[in-house]
Parts: sequence; structure tokens; C-alpha cells
Amino acid sequence: MAMTAAEIERLIREALPDAVIDIRDLAGDGDHYAANVISAAFKGKTRVQQHQMVYAALKGGMGNELHALALQTSAPED
Amino acid sequence: MSENPVFDRIRSEVASEDVVLFMKGTPVFPQCGFSNAVVQVLTYLGVPFKGINVLEDEEIRQGIKEFSDWPTIPQLYVKGEFVGGCDIVREMFEQGELRDYLAQKGIETQVA
Repeated sequence: MAMTAAEIERLIREALPDAVIDIRDLAGDGDHYAANVISAAFKGKTRVQQHQMVYAALKGGMGNELHALALQTSAPED
Repeated sequence: MSENPVFDRIRSEVASEDVVLFMKGTPVFPQCGFSNAVVQVLTYLGVPFKGINVLEDEEIRQGIKEFSDWPTIPQLYVKGEFVGGCDIVREMFEQGELRDYLAQKGIETQVA
């Protein structure tokens, strides 16, 4: 049921092709991750909107097969 | 399009107090680390809030995800506005933004 880091990265990149993605497997159990995502698509968006974009990219995986993904998002600095 | 009937209940919960936290467990006994983290932040800031235990209400537990377009619990509402989940609350707190945000909304914080 768990998702691999590579799978998470692939889904995010599909939705946000320019993203710089850094994923860490926090507990080594394939179930608790932290991701840092930087994308120009986040520009002008609130944090809630940015996280919603990432959750949408994960296509319902978040909260289901993906139990815990601590998320940090930002737009690249100019 | 017919709306999910639980949305009315959620709306009245969100309007019932200035700060409302949808969480797993209660403020005194959180049953999930992420819910606990938000409780700790609010407690540290001395902000009174109402906790709604989604583990005791399956309808709200599912409905709130759709209502906020947010897949996880906890979820923090301030004056009817969705602020975010655990990551956002923690990030806002660490960057000192949360106090400003609460002050802007007219909610007093008290930090020693």
C-alpha cells in the first residue's frame, strides 16, 4: 500500500514539470515522508493553494496509501 | 448540483468559535502526532480554541476533507477561514507569521 519516494516524485513532476523536488523518507518505512517542492507555478499562490496543487498531483494518494507527507512548498526566488 | 448535507453542520461548527480545530482526539488527549503538534502551537500561543474530534464523527471526518479540499486532518479554521493543516500551521508559527495572522483577525495571543 505504501508509496515509494520515486513514485511521489514522479507524480509531482508530472503535474509540475519545472519542480525542484527533495523527498526524504523520515522513518525508513516507506510511509512517512517529508518533501520540499519548489516550482514557479506556486508564484502568487497562498500556502494552502500550493499544498493543494501538490495533493492534486498525488491524485488522491495523500491521506490514503500515503499516510504522512510533511510538505514545504515555495516559488523560486527571482 | 446538490451539496453534501454535512457541509451545513461543518459551517455551523466553523462559525461557532473564532478558532476551530478539526482533529483526531481532543485538545487534552490528542490521538495523532500531527493533531498534537497544532494543539501544542495553539496552547503555546495561549489561543482559546474549540477542538472537534473527527474520530467520533465519521460524517464530519470525511466531509471536512471535501469541504476544505484538503485530504488530511488536522485542519485549522480561524474566523471561518481555512488556515491549513499541520505543516502550514507549524511553518507559520516557526516564521512568526501565525501571531501576526491571529492579531490581524483580532485574536489575542499571550506568550510569556
